[in-house]
Amino acid sequence: MKELLLSQPVFTLYTIALVVICLLTGVALMTWVERRLSGVIQFRWGPNRVGPMGLFQPVADGVKFFWKEDVIPRDAFAPVFVLAPALAMITALCAFAVIPFGPTIELLGRKIPLVILNVDGGILFALAATSLGVYGIVCAGWASNSKYSLMGGLRASAQMISYELALALAVIGVLLVSGTLRPVEIVAQQEGWFWNWNVFSGWQLLGFLIFLVAGYAETNRLPFDMPEAESELVAGYHTEYSSMKFSMFFMAEYVNMITSAALAVTLFLGGYHTGLPLAEWGLSGWPLWIIQILAFVAKVGFFMFLFVWVRWTLPRFRYDQLMALGWKRLFPVALANLMATAVLVALDLTGR
Amino acid sequence: MESIVFIVLSILAVASALVVILPVFRNAIVSALALALNLVCVAGFFFLLDAQFIGFLQVIVYAGAIMVLILFVLMLLNIHDERHLGPSGFFQRFLGPLLAVGFAAIIVSAALLPATGTSFDAAEEEFGTVNALGMDLFTRFFYPFEAISLLLVVAMIGAVLLAKRRL
Amino acid sequence: MSLGPDKFLILSAVLFTLGVIGVLLRRGAISILMSIELMLNAANLAFITFARQFNATDGQIYVFFIITLAAAEAAIGLAIVIALFRLRDSTDVDELSLLKW
Repeated sequence: MKELLLSQPVFTLYTIALVVICLLTGVALMTWVERRLSGVIQFRWGPNRVGPMGLFQPVADGVKFFWKEDVIPRDAFAPVFVLAPALAMITALCAFAVIPFGPTIELLGRKIPLVILNVDGGILFALAATSLGVYGIVCAGWASNSKYSLMGGLRASAQMISYELALALAVIGVLLVSGTLRPVEIVAQQEGWFWNWNVFSGWQLLGFLIFLVAGYAETNRLPFDMPEAESELVAGYHTEYSSMKFSMFFMAEYVNMITSAALAVTLFLGGYHTGLPLAEWGLSGWPLWIIQILAFVAKVGFFMFLFVWVRWTLPRFRYDQLMALGWKRLFPVALANLMATAVLVALDLTGR
Repeated sequence: MESIVFIVLSILAVASALVVILPVFRNAIVSALALALNLVCVAGFFFLLDAQFIGFLQVIVYAGAIMVLILFVLMLLNIHDERHLGPSGFFQRFLGPLLAVGFAAIIVSAALLPATGTSFDAAEEEFGTVNALGMDLFTRFFYPFEAISLLLVVAMIGAVLLAKRRL
Repeated sequence: MSLGPDKFLILSAVLFTLGVIGVLLRRGAISILMSIELMLNAANLAFITFARQFNATDGQIYVFFIITLAAAEAAIGLAIVIALFRLRDSTDVDELSLLKW
């Protein structure tokens, strides 16, 4: 029995449980951070009633969502209506499986890599999961049997598949420089000083900016949140949803944000490496590993802060401006970045 | 373990294929979603057969782009379809499936020939990885690769021209 | 039960047959297109099975090209369906009988 509980496949299950719990806790924390930080930016109080500094607000939100009435419109197509939020949540959670959130730690006499899935086509798994995330929105928009939902759903999915191209091209730039698709190896090549990160010494600064912009568009966040803007389309594809199903969409959006940030950190900013050569300076074992995991969390946290900051800084794009930006400006720039990176790699100027 | 996955995936694949071809829910969108499920199941088969890169490609391109395109067209043209559209006549209703089953019998008997083998040999180390496929694609299959990029450009131009309202 | 190429090939044959039945039975243009995609997928499965059996990546390269071709064909097929829908306001393929004598 003890052998079974300590065997290798069961350790993967433990890692999966740890990642899911941390992701969902991060989502709950993110709702509080967003509202509080929006208050700071807009010079008003955020939530400050429930608990110290409003820290129990996510708990109050959860209880509210749990007890609200769950309405399914009469003419909505019920099977697909119920399936859509589940699809959105499943694909959002799956995308995090290939991201290494820590180094290979040694626990109970065995080496445990802190990544759920270390397959050969690692980054492709994250891209596939984001590709499948479109289905949740399309199903939600159609099954609601409402004009606003359908238009919002179609707009959101068209936006997502347009910016997936620029996202994938920015990722391919990193793959050219690293020579491998496994995120574990991509992170391993970025250890040492912070100028070893892909964004600096891998010559991927432009790729990083493209990834960031495309990531904002993929997660339907301002300035690209036309499909769910309140004054435009009521609430877009989740107009007809209430209580738990709506909170599923809400959580799926935040999980998508965390995954986007984690991907950017892994590919461009050195993953869990701190930017200082701590291993060379003699630090090893548990202190080093704890510091590295905290470094990863800090970097992802910085990107979450950036998401909220940009939300209240930039105005919203109109839909045709959004699509023109994706196809006419971002896609050619991403192609040019890819070609420049290919030339640099062929001439062996990247130093990897 | 692999047999269990194979059995589950094959039941799902055949069931979703049946939803695609039979007017079960009388709804073209449900058929399209069932086809997407079928594509993901086939991608699962690709992973079972050590074709990892092709499996990911199937999900990203086929299930993630082509099916979304079909769903878009179905929703924008509001094609509720199929509510009154049955098979075109007496013969088509029976002769079609009969011929198809006959065709299936031929293929299955070919599949059960002794040359097919009942088990796989052990796979090589680098089989189906991106490296192996990339090497083959850019050395031995270089001309088909360039030809297919040309074909994609032609398809793009053709699709845009065909769907325009005014040329 | 050990997995072997014969089981995958029988599954590919079943999926292909279902696709053929779909093309023969359905009358809406997009449903016929979807059945064609089913057939292409069954062929892909057969290719990958043989690639695994003979340990040659050729089968996987062919599937790479088939997936690309299927994308191009779906795009053009749907453009044609849109053009026809604008003309006749329905996707019934039985109404495309202008060239019949």
